[in-house]
Amino acid sequence: MKKIKKIKISLNGKVKLINEKTSLLELTKNLKIPIKKVAIELNQEIVDKRKLSRKIIKKSDRIEIVHFIGGG
Amino acid sequence: MEGVKLKKDNFIVAKKRFNSRLIVGTGKYKNMSECAKAVRLSGADIVTVAVRRVNITNKKKPILMDYIDPKKITYLPNTAGCFSSKEALRTLRLAREIGGWKLVKLEVLGDRKNLFPEMIETLKSTEVLSKEGFKVMVYCNDDPLMAKRLEEAGASAIMPLAAPIGSGLGILNKVNVKIIRKQTKLPLIIDAGLGEASDATIAMELGCDGVLVNTAIAKAKKPFDMALAFKHAVIAGRKSYLSGRIKKTFSGKPSSPNKGII
Repeated sequence: MKKIKKIKISLNGKVKLINEKTSLLELTKNLKIPIKKVAIELNQEIVDKRKLSRKIIKKSDRIEIVHFIGGG
Repeated sequence: MEGVKLKKDNFIVAKKRFNSRLIVGTGKYKNMSECAKAVRLSGADIVTVAVRRVNITNKKKPILMDYIDPKKITYLPNTAGCFSSKEALRTLRLAREIGGWKLVKLEVLGDRKNLFPEMIETLKSTEVLSKEGFKVMVYCNDDPLMAKRLEEAGASAIMPLAAPIGSGLGILNKVNVKIIRKQTKLPLIIDAGLGEASDATIAMELGCDGVLVNTAIAKAKKPFDMALAFKHAVIAGRKSYLSGRIKKTFSGKPSSPNKGII
């Protein structure tokens, strides 16, 4: 069996190891993130939530996932 | 009230109609359920919210949207904590992506001690956001000239501070607020620095269209009672403003007729 290669990315400021060729959609699903309630940035560019499956995460990518919290 | 017809008094921001003139913040509460209950008691139709990173490691952390339904209450994404135009623009573009929010509150701070707004960065951001189709409610100084510049830059509402954020000092410069009121047709909303319900009444009596309160409710000993107090204070102030107050005189005038005194 072919061994799946892991890549290092930055997710919300923390280093994370994920499988190579993972899409943003797969990542959010793995993390159980409710897509409707968040916004996602890939290397400081906002990603259209309808196109998450087309965005394949590469080594050293910086991903930010944000949502609304209480604030003034 | 039976037999009494009161003229409808709508609060309109960016062509959207709201019932309550009180906007409340959702920060600084003990927990989400306390926050949600205070919001409900305040009668507010609009709440400010912040944009922050999702907690990836602790998925059990409660989510604001599960407590305050954005279909029933208008979320007003805020850029609190941003110290540059770049950060503020990034935050609001992300907020729009979450669910199409275009009505936003812009707040660019320039001073970590007093949390005063950085007006040059604020003005620049207002121009950019307006061009991008955002409806921008702008936190600003109580400076009539700057308020005018924001209006020209396309702001949807002018939101001068009463006093530094969270200070509870109440309205420090009533004259400036009145000058801004006279010069603008935009919604004028007092934002930040209120300490007690009567401060909200004064803001409304000065002719403001609304007030935004967070700390004064969230950090009161009894937040639920304070939420109710602010709700009524805003209504009282608005009615008082529309009712046309009497002239001030420096002598007494009897309330009972002099004629017929025995």
